[in-house]
Formats: sequence, structure tokens, C-alpha cells
Amino acid sequence: MQEYVLMLVGTALVNNVVLVKFLGLCPTMGTSGKVETALGMGMATTFVMTLSSVLAWAIESALLAPFELGFLRTLTFILVIAAVVQFTEMVVRRVSQPLYQALGIFLPLITTNCAVLGVALLNVQEGHGFIQSLLYGFGSAFGFSLILIVLAGLRERVALADVPAPFAGAPISFVIAGLLSLAFMGFAGISTR
Amino acid sequence: MLTAVGSLTVLGITLGTLLGIAAKYLAVQGDALEAELEGLLPGSNCGQCGFAGCKAAAAALAAGNAQVTLCPPGGRAVAATLAAKMGHAFDAGGTAEAEPLVAFVHEGRCIGCSRCIQKCSSDGIVGAPKQIHTVLSDACHGCGKCVSECPTEGIEMMPIPVTLATWHWHKPAPQAIDTRAKAEA
Repeated sequence: MQEYVLMLVGTALVNNVVLVKFLGLCPTMGTSGKVETALGMGMATTFVMTLSSVLAWAIESALLAPFELGFLRTLTFILVIAAVVQFTEMVVRRVSQPLYQALGIFLPLITTNCAVLGVALLNVQEGHGFIQSLLYGFGSAFGFSLILIVLAGLRERVALADVPAPFAGAPISFVIAGLLSLAFMGFAGISTR
Repeated sequence: MLTAVGSLTVLGITLGTLLGIAAKYLAVQGDALEAELEGLLPGSNCGQCGFAGCKAAAAALAAGNAQVTLCPPGGRAVAATLAAKMGHAFDAGGTAEAEPLVAFVHEGRCIGCSRCIQKCSSDGIVGAPKQIHTVLSDACHGCGKCVSECPTEGIEMMPIPVTLATWHWHKPAPQAIDTRAKAEA
């Protein structure tokens, strides 16, 4: 039990996909303008990442490992992720039309979110089992959503601040992301204990 | 190699089938009224109504956020068909019938900048850079986007010029019919 809790904390905070591994920066910057869209994107990505890492584990252990088809790993994982994203898009469109409009192009682009593929490949690399893959995927996605929402909250406040003209817009957002990354380096101390 | 090809094929077919089934169960039921109203609008997405195109205008109309008289290029005819579809009583007397206008290029002022061509939503302006442009009045749907784009104020909205092809008998005015009916009574 303790091992699983540690794994969740480790993936969400200590080895955060965005701020420590620098994966999935594009949607992080793209959809963190407002807290509502960040929340929606976080939930969609959480669903995709958790499901796709479990499915990737299933395919790896049932198909790729027994038949020695390791060279097809990237291709099949992308295929699975694309299918899950398509499914998510249908669900979001059915459930909430405003959210579908707000997420726009970033919803289908979850397919090319390197964090999703990265988590699936890291699962294989580290030889995780079913529960471990599930937790690893969910923890990473939780960390991703957390950063998205924290960044969106910060950017909403910065939007009201008097930012010098050369820094206004994207540059100040990247400065904020950099400072957040520095702050998250503090969590690295947890893992050594 | 066969296992590789076979496994990918099976995987693709399985995922495709599952997505197909999911698409059937999760299909968005588009608003039927909205689609019909969109069909009645001109469809040129000129934006004169203040909405982002005819689809958005139809959505606003269906939701009750807009009047049936929202479409300036459509004029009274479109307003009447929209009112019939919506089941509203439509008082034609309340709306001033705007004469259909088309854009006209004053050639003396045209400098051939071709900005109006890029703005035209119906490809109704012919011309090339540094050549005088002209408007094909058959293709022009009167959105007026080019008027504000012209740097020399050389485009004006004008009533369609009367030619042998466009002339028609005047429609009987409502008042004239009323007086005749009164006279008979």
C-alpha cells in the first residue's frame, strides 16, 4: 500500500511530467489561459493518460513481448492513444458543447501530447505491472492537471498585472513556468528519504 | 514479418470497429430546427447580423436570442420565411424594405491595391494588382465588407442598376389592395 502511495506522490510531484521531465509543454502553455479550460483539459488528459497507459501495458504484455515485436512499440502505442483520444473527443462533445468549443484544437492534439506517449513508454521501460501502470499513468496525469490549473491561476492574475511590454503575453508565461519548475525541484528532496 | 503485419491489422480493425460503435452511440443530436434555419439563411457568412456566420445566427435564432429580421442581405423575403418556420407572426409593415444593394467600384478612384478582392466573401470582385477592379453584380451578395476596406473610398453600395435583364413590374403595394377591397365593400 505504502509503495503505491509513494508512486502516486512520486509521479505527481517529485517527477512531474511537465516541470521535471519537460514533456507536454505545448498543451500546458496552450490551454492554461483560463482555469475552466485548464480544468477541462486536465480531466480529458487524465482520462486519456490513465486509460492509454493501461491499454499500452495490456498490448505490451499480451502482444509485443510474447511475439518479440518490440520494434512496433511506438506505432502501436500511438494507435491506441489516437483511438482513446477519439473516444474522449466524442464523450466531451456529447457531454459539454461549451467545453468542446473552448478546448478546440487542443482536444484532438492530446494524441500528439508527448507526455501521454512518454508515460506509456516509461511504463514499459521500467517494467511496471498492471496496478503500477495504472497508478503511474494516473499520477502523471494528476501532476499534469495540477500544473495546468496552478499555471492557469497564476496567468489569470498576471493578466491583470502591469507587465513590461517586452514580457507581456507568452514570455511572462514561460518565466512563470520556469519559476514553478524551480519550486518543484524542492520536491526532489522527498525522494531521497 | 507476418505476425507484425497481422497483429497491427487486427489491432487497427478492432480499434476502428470499437470507435465506429462508440460514434453511433455518442452521436450528437444536432438541433433539427437550427439546421433548417441555417438552410433558409443566405449562407454567405457575411456577418452583418453581428454573429459569426450564418450557422451562429441560426443557433441564436433557434435559441430565441435574435429576431427573424436579423439578416440584412436577406431582407424581407428571408425574414418572412424564417418567421413562417419559427411559427411567429411576421409584421412586414414594421420593417423598411431595404433595396438590394451591390458594391460598385468608382474606377477613377481605384488604385488597384486588391485589398477588396481579399475581403470579398463571394469572389465577386475581379481585377489584379495595379489593375482597376470591378464588381460582378451577379456574384455580389451585398455584404459591404469591401466598402470599409478600400483605402481611397472608391467602393460604394448602390442599388442594382436597371437593365433589360433585371427590370420587372412593380409589385402591387399593400395599401393599393386595401383601398380596392374597401371600394368593393
